Amino acid sequence: MCSYIVEKAKLLGSAKGPNGWMRIDTANVYYDHPFHAPLDHALGIDFINEAEGGRERVAVELSAQSARELVERILAALASGEVEHGKAAHHAAAAAAE
Amino acid sequence: MTYESMLAETVAFRGHKGDLGEAYYARPLGGGPWPGVVLIHHMPGWDEWIKEATRKLAHHGLATISPHLYFRDGPGSPDDVGARVRAAGGVADEQVIGDVAGCMEFLRAQPYANGKVGVIGFCSGGRHTYLAACSLPGIDAAVDCWGGNVIVDDPKQLNPKRPVAPIDLTEKMRSPLLGLFGNDDENPNRDQVNRTEAVLKKLGKNYEFHRYDGAGHAFFNASRPAYRAEQALDGWTKVFAFFHKHLATPAAARAA
Repeated sequence: MCSYIVEKAKLLGSAKGPNGWMRIDTANVYYDHPFHAPLDHALGIDFINEAEGGRERVAVELSAQSARELVERILAALASGEVEHGKAAHHAAAAAAE
Repeated sequence: MTYESMLAETVAFRGHKGDLGEAYYARPLGGGPWPGVVLIHHMPGWDEWIKEATRKLAHHGLATISPHLYFRDGPGSPDDVGARVRAAGGVADEQVIGDVAGCMEFLRAQPYANGKVGVIGFCSGGRHTYLAACSLPGIDAAVDCWGGNVIVDDPKQLNPKRPVAPIDLTEKMRSPLLGLFGNDDENPNRDQVNRTEAVLKKLGKNYEFHRYDGAGHAFFNASRPAYRAEQALDGWTKVFAFFHKHLATPAAARAA
């Protein structure tokens, strides 16, 4: 099917495209026909800087299963990373106190 | 030996409100006069498959123009421009109809045109084709390939860009209509195709519908898993037969 349904996520970060790094403030997320991926439907994400007009984008098209697995890996990376960096912050604070 | 040839190139055309847009245009060389066809691209945009389909129609003796419906949101590659259009909620029906009308004028202005013009569209372009057949004078044949949302069951789907359900305009349909659908499609699903046919039948319109088992949405598209070779071959055969029946050069013109 063809739809124009887009989920918008406001975010803070950067993305690297053909013209180098750029600040991004929005992810447009949709599930529809891809342009390039050899799939009937794909989860598409366009990372853009809407505040600057949103004309450049960094895009991905993923299978539904890949997208779900990616969500899990993102959450897992965040969880383990926050634990590790939390430890580092704790050690640094302890060293500073000695 | 038969010498076959065609010319395929980007051209400029005047679209809605006189805006100057770009289109992909393919036509047979030599002979003629040739009928014309406007090919309306699907939602992802003006992509390689759409251009292949344009050349395929030209190979079968139809001078075919495919307007880039998103040209106003350029410059940029068709996929990037398509992403901008998607984020903005798509293109307005009125604008698409204006662009199709401009392409019809382009076709009829060519010195080798036979004066007949058809319209074909895929996916969202199928819906646009149905709309055009109900809105524009001068269409001699229309082909809707699995256009979704011709029937709008949820009124919330109507908005300023798409204010009317195409089915509600059926009474105004002026041209013969060919519809091709996959029975496994979800939009339009079997029920919606049946309901569309019931309205066409009730209003006495000139139409023919063909439904394919084992096929879903976009089953002509060889670059997608949805491609179904057998059904696609049969479907293309029906498209060419329909256009050649309704867009043939009038006998009086051939004799002149």
